[in-house]
Amino acid sequence: MSFNERLDQLVYLFQNFAFARYALIVGVAIAFCSSLLGVTLVLKRLSFIGSGLSHVSFGSTTIVAAVAMGIGVENFQNNIFWVLPITILCSIWLLLSGPHSKIKGDSALAMLSVGTLAIGYLFMNIFPRSANLAADVCTVLFGSTAILTLGSKTWMVWLCVGLSVAVSVVFVLFYNKIFAITFDEDFAAATGIKAKVYNMILAVIIAVIIVLAMNLVGALLVSALVVFPALTAMRVFKSFRAVTICSVIVSVVCSTFGILLSAMYDNLPLGSVIVAVNIAVFAVFSIIGLVLRRG
Amino acid sequence: MAQLTCSKLTAGYEGKAVVKNISFAVNAGDYLCIVGENGSGKSTLMKTLLRLKSPMSGKIEAGDGLHLNEIGYLPQQTVIQKDFPASVREVVLSGCLNGCGLRPFYNRKEKKLAAENMEKLGITNLAKRCYRELSGGQQQRTLLARALCATRKILLLDEPTAGLDPVATAEMYDLIAELNKSGTSIIMISHDIANAVKYASHILHIGGQTMQFYGEVAKYEL
Repeated sequence: MSFNERLDQLVYLFQNFAFARYALIVGVAIAFCSSLLGVTLVLKRLSFIGSGLSHVSFGSTTIVAAVAMGIGVENFQNNIFWVLPITILCSIWLLLSGPHSKIKGDSALAMLSVGTLAIGYLFMNIFPRSANLAADVCTVLFGSTAILTLGSKTWMVWLCVGLSVAVSVVFVLFYNKIFAITFDEDFAAATGIKAKVYNMILAVIIAVIIVLAMNLVGALLVSALVVFPALTAMRVFKSFRAVTICSVIVSVVCSTFGILLSAMYDNLPLGSVIVAVNIAVFAVFSIIGLVLRRG
Repeated sequence: MAQLTCSKLTAGYEGKAVVKNISFAVNAGDYLCIVGENGSGKSTLMKTLLRLKSPMSGKIEAGDGLHLNEIGYLPQQTVIQKDFPASVREVVLSGCLNGCGLRPFYNRKEKKLAAENMEKLGITNLAKRCYRELSGGQQQRTLLARALCATRKILLLDEPTAGLDPVATAEMYDLIAELNKSGTSIIMISHDIANAVKYASHILHIGGQTMQFYGEVAKYEL
């Protein structure tokens, strides 16, 4: 098929099928809110919290599904209502443990992420949800393979959009506080900012974002969606506000581009295409950054 | 009544006392220098004064119209700040946050206060520059401007000249002395005893887990 034919096919797809449009809406919404906290996570040395938490939600997904089968609930699809609270709890535990706790942040993260990944895979094998185990595992780890799976459940689309809007509103309202506790938590606490409360809010937002983003790119690639736009923006921009705005734009553009590419070519899996586009943009911004500094 | 009174304060980590039985008072306009060897517990004492950790025993009281959350703080640089993308203006403005309460954005008065403090410390021309690209002295001025946004009454400075070259160090000491003259009380942690004696009005010397000396600088013997 030539490029023009594929383009026509793409236009046809979006004109005639609601699921394609829904997939794009979900993708943009998730990309938008997942990039908001990237800067904060990178600077707090928590880049891998995305990985850790996504493994937690992978583990809890499979356990919840197995329990649902055990008590005889068939077609258990609303598991996000169980997975989200579990992930939020783990996120709070990780973020609040702080630098002085017995198990340091990075080792706690490693324990949690590998542990839940193993338990999750174990449960998947003991209680297989469908005949095609490999495909199930692949979807959870690498995200929706095609836009069909992303946009087919209407309630999921609205849930994603709703949560994204909620996360964005909370982020804007607490923008200055998040800046302060990221830049200098001690100073904020000393001058009477309730740093613990805001860290808690941060933990909840991060957990929601991770669970949402898993739908788009899967458990293994979530960190990329959270961290790449922020790192990309940091190559070129110097102020917190400029970096935040730029990373949102980069994230939305990359995800949109990735979704369209994946829809045009059947053999391109959605999640990895989005991450690949992000990598390419990161490379471009790195070069621009270098040139600006030289010039 | 003194602005800040410490009586029989014991501070430490996880049940282990690092400094014991510290008593002192800071009156409005005082310049107190806390000196001591590395590891003598100066920073622990500082964190306790800032209520970042609770005292193991003893009391910290504020008076003379000061609230305990009106203490401005100039911390030592953290690793995070070394590659933080933030403009000088954003950092200075963040000092105004304690006046915001639940209001999500800064109002005109707070932006004006930030601008005034940048002017006062001579960093107005740097307002749009990136914090991580500044020299050590400029970074300290930025953090000092932020602390002034949080309070005008009392400042706690933790090794403000660490890592600065001699010229920047002298400028920093002059700047602090000037702030002190304009009515801001200063509590400074330092191991630079020579400059402490030169600028401070009071000295608190910590060593061997307790207070070796506290009093006016004239009575302090090197």
